Amino acid sequence: MVLAAPVSTDLASTATVAVDGLSHWYGTGAMRRQVLQGVDLTIQPGEVVLLTGPSGCGKTTLLTLVGALRSVQQGSVRVFGQELNGAARDVRQRLRRSIGMIFQGHNLLRCLTAEQNVQMGSDLLEGLSYRARRDQAREWLRAVGLGDQLGKLPHDLSGGQKQRVAIARALAARPRLLLADEPTAALDSRTGREVVDLLQSLAREQGCGVLMVTHDPRILDVADRLVRMEDGRLTVDP
Amino acid sequence: MNRFWRARRIPLAWLLLTRQPVRLAVALAGIAFAGILMFMQLGFRDGLFEASVTVHKLFDADLVLVSPRTMSSIGMAGFPRRRLVQAMADPEVAGTTPVHWNLMLWRNPQTRTTRSILTLGFDPTDPLFTDPTITDKARALTQKGRVLFDERSRPEFGPIAEWFSKGRVVETEVAGTRVRVAGLVSLGPSFGADGNMLTSRETFLQLMPGTPPGSIELGLIRLTPGADSSAVAQRLRENLPADVTIYTKKGFEEFEKNYWRSSTAIGFIFTLGAAMGFVVGCVIVYQILYSDVSDHLPEYATLMAMGYRLAGLLGVVAREALILAVLGYLPAYLAGQGLYALVRSGTRLPVTMDPQRALLVFVMILVMCMGSAAFAMRRLADADPAEIF
Repeated sequence: MVLAAPVSTDLASTATVAVDGLSHWYGTGAMRRQVLQGVDLTIQPGEVVLLTGPSGCGKTTLLTLVGALRSVQQGSVRVFGQELNGAARDVRQRLRRSIGMIFQGHNLLRCLTAEQNVQMGSDLLEGLSYRARRDQAREWLRAVGLGDQLGKLPHDLSGGQKQRVAIARALAARPRLLLADEPTAALDSRTGREVVDLLQSLAREQGCGVLMVTHDPRILDVADRLVRMEDGRLTVDP
Repeated sequence: MNRFWRARRIPLAWLLLTRQPVRLAVALAGIAFAGILMFMQLGFRDGLFEASVTVHKLFDADLVLVSPRTMSSIGMAGFPRRRLVQAMADPEVAGTTPVHWNLMLWRNPQTRTTRSILTLGFDPTDPLFTDPTITDKARALTQKGRVLFDERSRPEFGPIAEWFSKGRVVETEVAGTRVRVAGLVSLGPSFGADGNMLTSRETFLQLMPGTPPGSIELGLIRLTPGADSSAVAQRLRENLPADVTIYTKKGFEEFEKNYWRSSTAIGFIFTLGAAMGFVVGCVIVYQILYSDVSDHLPEYATLMAMGYRLAGLLGVVAREALILAVLGYLPAYLAGQGLYALVRSGTRLPVTMDPQRALLVFVMILVMCMGSAAFAMRRLADADPAEIF
């Protein structure tokens, strides 16, 4: 008698992200257009994967699907072992607490100071006192080199500083996966470099996987693996 | 408490509001305006109803007899005085006072213009009002052609109180007959009458020669201590003919208020005014909250992408509404107090901030803010975290 289904011990089940045969369409009827065609991708804990490709090839769509922001239409997306195809809204919402996201624009809350913005991240952690969460927020801001800008509003910070606050906010929620969409797009090359280095080192320390979409050729060297996307398909660079 | 303090988060609602002080000020001004409008309209309404019974409240009576044809204090019909005597037969009736009641034309001795004044005629030896000083002053009425003038009457009746206090002999004409002011009393104008005067029954009949003999407009009945006024009223209703209506004193006041409430447009007009304030407030708060949510839509979407629940974000909007309601109510309350004082001194109407109305207006403001927030929240459903990349 079989007592239990054999526990799968392959890489896919322990991987941070396991995408298998993922296809996605936008629009309906005659306007229906396929943006992803059978994408397969795996990200291991602590691995930094860079995703490049021409604009409109489906990179951002892949990012939103992995980030549980969109419902999966066809194929399988497993994040921390949780299948997202058919997952309910609140399951996805809960999962997103463990996924840090860094956007092209910084998307900081304009009415909050740098410290409060980061605390919006650490406020997602449960069982910590207000003081502990605030201290963590300060810690993270210090880690991104903004220990002296705690009380400033986003409006008084430079572009690079804002992006660093956004990184601190994403990391303050102690994510196990970090998704970044062109985090250096709005930054000059030196700041962009600093931000990416910071992202890489902090991600390594936390042991969290990173999936970063970028067009910036100067930062490709931070990647453990480089993935190229074209017309909704992944091609691994030699 | 301590646990809540530990578990608290960034006060997002408060910060969203206070980091835009101009918008907050506009919102609060709008809410306060709506609140003041409601305070004024409801205050006037209640004040006018209350004012219609200023004199009624002063009577020294447990039960009151009026004619069934009486609709209000400005149209008192007569009934046979005998009914009061018959009422005396009840063992629990301690005393009665027949009262004549009519509006007469008073000539302002200074400007010679006439104005309608409420005149009560009673036997100066009978108790009329609960205020004992009036009983003392009433002795002066035993002489014919003497009246007691209400010093709180509107100034249009002439500087009677001022002249009298200076020791001048104040004489004027009432209903075409010369009278002399023999003293001042303090009653207050009511809605139906801008001024009041008291006189003896003899003088009253002299001023109103057309009054049928043996007919009075109001009968006051005082009961023995400890008597149940509604039980006695019921007994009198059974024993007296149908040409009188018996009210308790409270019922008499309600009867009068009810006339103004239902037979005139006053209640409707002021309630409508309050409703207008409510609607204006709703529109303002909705505009503010809607544009606030719209402006911050990408930020709300970001929070959803971070894993904040939609319900949590709806809570932020609800808290904004709550803060607006409380902060907007305070200036409305204070301004309401000030305006009531102004109205009291300007019109002598008994308009006061009664706690029930203060609570009612607060609840209205709260409903206004929360309702608007509920509508503004629908905009939040447009915040799609998938669109922010």
